[in-house]
Amino acid sequence: MSRRVRMWMVAIAGAAVAVGMGLAFVDLPSFGGSHHPYRDAAIHGSVAHQTANAVSAVNFDQRGLDTFGEESILFASIIGVSALLRPSKEEQEAGPSQPGRVMEATRILGYAFIPLVLIVGLDVISHGVITPGGGFQGGIILASGIHLLYVAGSYETLGRLRPVRLFEHGEAIGAGAFACLGIAGAATAMGFLANLIPLGSFGQLFSAGTVELLNGAVGIEVGSGVIVLIAKFLDQAILLGPQKS
Amino acid sequence: MSYYGYFVAGAIMLTGAVGIARSRNLVHAVVCLSVSQAGTYVLLLSIGYQRHAAAPVFGSTIKPSTKVVDPVVQALCLTDIVVSATVTALLLALSLQIAKHHGTTDPDELSALRG
Amino acid sequence: MTFIVGAALTLVLAAAIAVVASQDPSRQAVTLSVLGVSLTVLFFALQAPDVALSQLAVGTAIVPLMVMLTISKIRGGR
Repeated sequence: MSRRVRMWMVAIAGAAVAVGMGLAFVDLPSFGGSHHPYRDAAIHGSVAHQTANAVSAVNFDQRGLDTFGEESILFASIIGVSALLRPSKEEQEAGPSQPGRVMEATRILGYAFIPLVLIVGLDVISHGVITPGGGFQGGIILASGIHLLYVAGSYETLGRLRPVRLFEHGEAIGAGAFACLGIAGAATAMGFLANLIPLGSFGQLFSAGTVELLNGAVGIEVGSGVIVLIAKFLDQAILLGPQKS
Repeated sequence: MSYYGYFVAGAIMLTGAVGIARSRNLVHAVVCLSVSQAGTYVLLLSIGYQRHAAAPVFGSTIKPSTKVVDPVVQALCLTDIVVSATVTALLLALSLQIAKHHGTTDPDELSALRG
Repeated sequence: MTFIVGAALTLVLAAAIAVVASQDPSRQAVTLSVLGVSLTVLFFALQAPDVALSQLAVGTAIVPLMVMLTISKIRGGR
């Protein structure tokens, strides 16, 4: 298909989609209005299970099975990236390229921020039930915190402090823990991913029952998974040298 | 103003789609796809938004009886942002492999190669 | 508050157009993180702190970083 034909097709199809979306949007309740039936139901369920953060309640309690599905997509993509970015034979023979120079101020700032970011990450995961945050966000913050070591300019230190194999296991453990908690719910005849442990009291750190545990499992999985992802890309770009074509 | 959020969401989605069609580089196309996805986040959150309502995280100042915005769409959006990042990574890895094997990332040249 | 939401929506739309319009992928990595920041601002304005937190980490750091690394690997040999 030539470029010209393709652009015409995009113009026609895009116009059709735009008209369709326009018609649909006009029938939606107006932006910022007060008609939210799902909100009312979700808030009711969240308060009934002593979960102060209603978003976490929806994610890990009311919609637990969906989150499990999303997590499986995440798991599968990371396996796919690991398989695609395996170093080839020629690449393994090429040595690592020389690291560039890093300004002293950047280095110190990088090291200073690492513990700070790691603490924030753990805090975001553990308080996911009562404040904004949770396993998904905290895991990503942890993963980016560890990669500040790279900003601080020592790729070798990063390689030693971040054993990729360990995090590959961590990812699997997180996904497995999520599934086991789900099966535990099914085993007690309450249903897959049912909220089965004591709910605690509203607004406390250990409230909301399994939501807190599932948050932890997701935190481990997302954190380890994103670390593995970035490690694979860094290896390709830095350790294995530029592509020779 | 009463439909502006939806309009912006639709416009972002279409902008990304046009970008993919015009793209001369697979990495560029992957980035345009993630722009398109951002449109869906804006649409979801626009549907759940209510003026003068608080965030759906209860505490000492926000009691469960306070008007809050819809947590359901926020939960959908939040997991999708994280999962879509890993899917973007998968697509980037695929384009990297294509660049390694064919020496080009231009989709037009790639279809020419196939004959 | 309504004004902030409107302004943030406009900012996001402008950033999205900027990302698609930049032809050079390495420049795109920069505009993409600008889009990430403006989406974060919008999500805060829409009272979605959970989503904003996740967008901040993913959209401004992780995805642009991976795009940069892919480009440097692909460009390396040429």
